[in-house]
Parts: sequence; C-alpha cells; structure tokens
Amino acid sequence: MVKGKKDRVLDLFAYLLLIIAAIVVIYPLFVMIITSLKTNMEVLVNPFGLPTELNFEGYKYVLRTGDFPIFFRNSIFITLVSLFVLLLVTVMASYPLSRFSFFGNRMVYFYFIIGAMLPTRLATVNLYQVINGLGLFDTLWALIFIYIAMTIPISVFIIAGFMAELPRELEESAHMDGASDSRILFSIWVPLLRPALATVAIFNFIPIWNEFFFPLIFISSDHLKPLPLGLATFFGQYQSDWPTAFAALTIAILPPLIFYLIASKHFIKGLTAGALKG
Amino acid sequence: MKFRKKLLWFIVPAFLIYSGFMLIPLILSMRVSFYEFSGIGDMAFIGFDNFYRLLFEAPYNERFFNAVGNTFEFFAYTMVFQNVTALLLALALTRGLKMTGFFRTVIFIPVTLSLLMIGFVWSIMLNPNIGVLNEILSAIGLENWTRAWLGSESLALPTVALVNAWQYTGLMVMLFVAGIQSIPEEQFESAKIDGANAWSVFKDIILPPLVPVIGIVTIMTYMGVFNQFDLVYAMVGSTGGPNYAVDVLGTFFYRTAFGGAGGQMPQMGLGATIATMTFLFIAFAIGAFLYLSHVRKKGEN
Repeated sequence: MVKGKKDRVLDLFAYLLLIIAAIVVIYPLFVMIITSLKTNMEVLVNPFGLPTELNFEGYKYVLRTGDFPIFFRNSIFITLVSLFVLLLVTVMASYPLSRFSFFGNRMVYFYFIIGAMLPTRLATVNLYQVINGLGLFDTLWALIFIYIAMTIPISVFIIAGFMAELPRELEESAHMDGASDSRILFSIWVPLLRPALATVAIFNFIPIWNEFFFPLIFISSDHLKPLPLGLATFFGQYQSDWPTAFAALTIAILPPLIFYLIASKHFIKGLTAGALKG
Repeated sequence: MKFRKKLLWFIVPAFLIYSGFMLIPLILSMRVSFYEFSGIGDMAFIGFDNFYRLLFEAPYNERFFNAVGNTFEFFAYTMVFQNVTALLLALALTRGLKMTGFFRTVIFIPVTLSLLMIGFVWSIMLNPNIGVLNEILSAIGLENWTRAWLGSESLALPTVALVNAWQYTGLMVMLFVAGIQSIPEEQFESAKIDGANAWSVFKDIILPPLVPVIGIVTIMTYMGVFNQFDLVYAMVGSTGGPNYAVDVLGTFFYRTAFGGAGGQMPQMGLGATIATMTFLFIAFAIGAFLYLSHVRKKGEN
C-alpha cells in the first residue's frame, strides 16, 4: 500500500508519541539504577547526572546486612505454592463444571466467577477473624490461602472456558479403557490444557508477587515478610541513605523485569487475555 | 459421557478455599458493619450506628466524604491521563510502523512492576531537594514550574494519579490494540478509496467497534481506583498526604479498620462499614456497566 503525504505526517507523529512514551517508561528505571550506583554525596549534589565512579556499597550493604535473601525466599515460596495449588484445584473444579451437565452446574460456576468482580480487600475485616481463628496470623499460609481464593474466579473462568471447547471423543476412549476419573483428568486433560494453564499462571503471577496489602495486615515478623513488605520496611529505615535505598529497589525490581523481558510476548498476551475475559 | 456423583468431589477443594477465604468473609465483613468491634473481644450489635457516624458525625463524615471525593477525582484524572494516552498509543502501534514490537514491549514494562516500588521510585524523583524532575524543569528553563509535587495539597492527587497512569497505561494500550486489530482490513481499504481523512477514519471506522473496549477499560479503571492503596501508601503514606489531599477509600479503610501507623485504636466495625460503602459504589458501577452493555447488544440485534 502506498502511503500518501498525510499518512507520512501521521506516521511521524506516531513515532514521536511512541518515542516519548518509551522515554517516559525507561527514564525512571534508569534513574533508579544510576542513583543506586552513586555515593550519597553525589546524589545530593548532582541528582541528575551520571555517577563519576561506580559505587557498589549500597548493593553490598543490602545483600549482606538486610533480610533481602529472606524476603526473596518468602516471595518465591508464596508465589510458587499459591500458583501450584491454584492450578491444581482449578483444573479439578473446572473438569466437572465444563465437561458434564448436572443439577446446579450453572449455579456453581456462577458462584465461582462472581468473585472476579469483587475486590478481596473488602473482605479483610472478616478475613482477619478467620485467619486469627485458624491460628494462621503471621504465617505464610495466611497469604497463600487468600491469594488462591482471590485468583480462583478468573482461573476457573479461563480454564473451564478452554476445557469446554476441547473435543469430547478423548475422554470416552479413556473411559472405555477403565481409567479412573483422576487418571483421565491428569494424564489426558492436563497436557491439553497447557496454554490455558500458562495464561492463568502468568496472569496471576504478577498480582501475587506484587501483593502488598494483605502482607501488611497479616505478617508482622520480619523473617516472614515477602519482598514488597520487606522493602517498605527497609525503605523506611534507609530513607536518607539514597544509594542503599535505590540498590534495594533495583534488586527487588530487576528479577521480574528480566523475567518479563525474556517472555514479554507471553506476558502481554496472558495479562491482556485475562483482563479482557475478566 | 455420563455424569457420576463422584466427580463432585473434584469441586470441593476449590469450593472450600474460595468460600472460606473470599466469598463468606466478604459477606460476613458486611455483617460486621452493624457491630462495634475493635478486632479483639466481643462484637456488640449497634444497628445502623456505624453508617450514621460515617455519613453524619464529625470527624468521620468529613474524612469519608473527602475520601469519596478524592476517589472520584482520582478516577477522573486516571481516565484522562491513562486512557486517553492509551488510546493514542494504541493508534500509533497499529499503523504498521517499524519497531512496533519494541515499543509494545517497552510500553508494557510498568504493568508487570510492583505499584508500591514504583511509588517509592517516583516519590524520590519528585522530591523537591534531590528529585530529578525539578532538576530537568530547571535545566530546560522552566524554573517557575518546579514544585513540591507531593507536598502541595492541590498537586499531590493529580501527581499520584499520573504515576498510577504511568503504571497501567500499557495494559489499556494492549486492550485498545486488540480492539483495533479486530477491525477488518477491508474497512480501512474502502475508506481509503472513498478518500476519507484520518479523523473520519478514526471516528467512523475505529471508534464504533472500540466502544465495548472503552467500557471494559472504564470499569477496570473504576475498580482499580476503588481498590487503590499501594501507590498512595508508598508516595504519601497511609494518612493520604498533605491534609488528607490524596486520602482515598482504600487508605481511609486501612487506617480506620487497622489503626494505621498512627497508633490509633482499630475500629473494625467502622472499617467494615467503609468496605460496605465501597462495595455499594462498585456494585452500582458494575450494574450500570452490565445494563449499558445489555442495552447496546439489544440495539445491535
């Protein structure tokens, strides 16, 4: 297609807009990294420029003295366990809901997905009673159960929806072989569900990894804090030691950022698909 | 294939976790609205007293109406900063330009980052003493524009809303891009043959099929704002900034129900009432959204 003169002017505007947007996105992250490599004096005198000499003291300090390795470990544990249990229970629940018709099927399905519209935080007051009642206050399990519960609606929606589209012959041949229901589910269905499972995992990874509010309410011990809460505490203590504060931020932000850059297509697709369906 | 009762067991684990940690607590939290409850000890039934205090009794009603107003203001700023920008960027990304993939990847980066950490980074960039923003403004000759962005009662809220837009524009861009890409190519071709200009292509071909996407983007923005907490907490603290200028329903709820950082007594009953009111705001919007999309669908058929 040949582009007219007006089109080329518009293209130019589009480029300009995209370049400005890219700078606006990247610049704060750039500032974060260069500030973490300055000395405190340099931050105060010359916040704008590049560091004259790379100063890694902030990083050394964060990794040596801070509880950062522990915060990381907590975040990784919470995220992996939550996602694993989430996928397991969601696949199990989606199977009868999407592949069989029985009395109350639509009602149960609706019951599951209604939560996608309701922010879990509105349940905090009673969750506080529930968590205390179960003796889960100040444990990672408090967070894990809440995260699974709050991600079940969208996950059931995506997985049950995907499952309902798959051909029906598969399970009938498996059933004739006399395999049990759980055998059929895990050896036949789960491999077929892989794209939907990936979408669910990516869509829920971000909010679980970044969740700050529930840890703030339910975690009080330092050694149980996930990364965002641990960072908030650390940041409060080192607010005037800028390179250290920024080194901590950089360390916390880089891993998910790198993870995203490696798999950006999947992230964009997963997050957008999830949002559109929700 | 025939349904077997045994299969119902498969639903049980998800049902229990979801009911026990989400849906039942949501309903029971609303019930707490009718009680006086400090978090420990007994709950005393007080009928609609909490609602009365929130709506008519100082200082609660001042804080409450301030937070409601701020939340709506936050929503309005976000719609302008975030969603108008997102639509423009989506138009730029669907022109088939070179490096579109690169720009898509970059623009989406903030969506994956922690709102809290981004809040910290920006709060330092906006710091009047060591922040780079004022430095940049001075460097390009706009000294008069330098401000204590987060310290000013009138600027703090739009500033936080702008950072919120920085974070989520990328997601809305992708929703708009998906919407634009679903428009059949022939429509653009025939508009071209008719000699339509860029504006009428936008108005007649791109915009109409985007209306449902705009609806989704609006309701997502609305729910995000009524759920907002992390960014305000990171940038101006749980008291919501200078003289409560950025105090939204999320921070007001947190302070009231859990005492916040100020060492106040937790008032979970009153906190639950704030959550219930927030729920009503959200339920009303979802109802309106579903009604409008229903009307729209009917109109199409």
